[in-house]
Amino acid sequence: MYAFDIKRPRSVEEAVAALADGEAQALGGGQTLIPTLRQRLADPGTLVSLSGIAELKYVRMEGDVLRIGGGTTHAQVAREAAAHYPALASLAGRIGDPAVRNRGTIGGSLANNDPSACYPAGALGSNATVVTGAREIAADDFFQGLFETALDEGEIVTEVRFPVPEAARYEKFIQPASRFALVAVFVARFAGGVRVAVTGASESGVFRWAEAEAALAADFTPEVVRGLTVQAEGMIGDLHGSAEYRAHLVGVITRRAVEGALA
Amino acid sequence: MTRVTITVNGRERSAEVEGRTLLVELLREGLGLTGTHVGCDTSQCGACDVHVDGLLVKSCAMFAVECDGAEVTTIEGMANADGTLGRVQQAFQNHHGLQCGFCTPGMVMAAAALLKDNPQPSEAEVRYYLDGNICRCTGYHNIVKAVMAASGQDVPACAAG
Repeated sequence: MYAFDIKRPRSVEEAVAALADGEAQALGGGQTLIPTLRQRLADPGTLVSLSGIAELKYVRMEGDVLRIGGGTTHAQVAREAAAHYPALASLAGRIGDPAVRNRGTIGGSLANNDPSACYPAGALGSNATVVTGAREIAADDFFQGLFETALDEGEIVTEVRFPVPEAARYEKFIQPASRFALVAVFVARFAGGVRVAVTGASESGVFRWAEAEAALAADFTPEVVRGLTVQAEGMIGDLHGSAEYRAHLVGVITRRAVEGALA
Repeated sequence: MTRVTITVNGRERSAEVEGRTLLVELLREGLGLTGTHVGCDTSQCGACDVHVDGLLVKSCAMFAVECDGAEVTTIEGMANADGTLGRVQQAFQNHHGLQCGFCTPGMVMAAAALLKDNPQPSEAEVRYYLDGNICRCTGYHNIVKAVMAASGQDVPACAAG
């Protein structure tokens, strides 16, 4: 690793002040950033560790919206969201492995927007709102391509607000070596429509599968997905699976997600 | 350099570290606790697993300064006070839950974390929990048996091997 200073603010206010320095980078749970630093793929002058900020760690229902603090670990979400939003708790409980889930955070995962990460599908599929110190960003506007989000430099995810759907399921086809999604789909049925968010498949990161959403809104059954196809163009092709294979999996995993949501 | 004070295996220890010093580097090089291993260097294998404030973490994916004030337990803290093997360690020996032994410290720490939360896990739960601990020798069957035995459950009933 290149050398850097590390700061441990105790409040969001202190963190924002520390990040005002252009050389500084936020460190969530570090489960992606620390390996990246170790490979010398990043060289921040200063790291601002958010893990000591107690006010960013919570899971609570307010009305019909589940609010999760940006610094909440996957393990805490898996535990505390289970009674309110089981599909999201199930997603959090299948990220990485137990040790990763004890450190990795929802804010860190969303801010990183890895094209194979789980949380982007959960947030986009739930029509979540990402809250920062400065503003509220709809999930549809937040994810902007491979590792790109609407966040400005120094902007921290302080909260994520999830409307709780009538039925939902996250179905993940795992890449066994990395435990990331080879293809995974979050399906959520709300009173006003259905959302289908796909991660792991596209070179542009998480995306909504509009055709499946329309079909499922009319008839929420696995069968309606069967006739739909996704273009292989723009899908990730690598040693774990070709673009054609991933495009095929999108349909298969979406059907399984709908089955799971109905179960 | 920053001074970090942590309680390791019940004993308060203090050291000067850089911002980039990993917890595993502090343990191994700063404090001489070389039972915690570095296997993959990519945060996947779990050989470096320790407990920080009671939670299982990969010590290669956490900075030492983030542990300031924390309670850390390593494999050196798993034996009984009289130096005999602890319950989980003894089960690994009894059931031959290791071959080369490199992954074993992480396996023991992960197994202990599981049993703390779930004292009577099913075989499937053991396998799921050990997802982040990679062993290239055993094929896992004897590790699973060891964890089942450490939980006080019937090992012959376990489907493995």
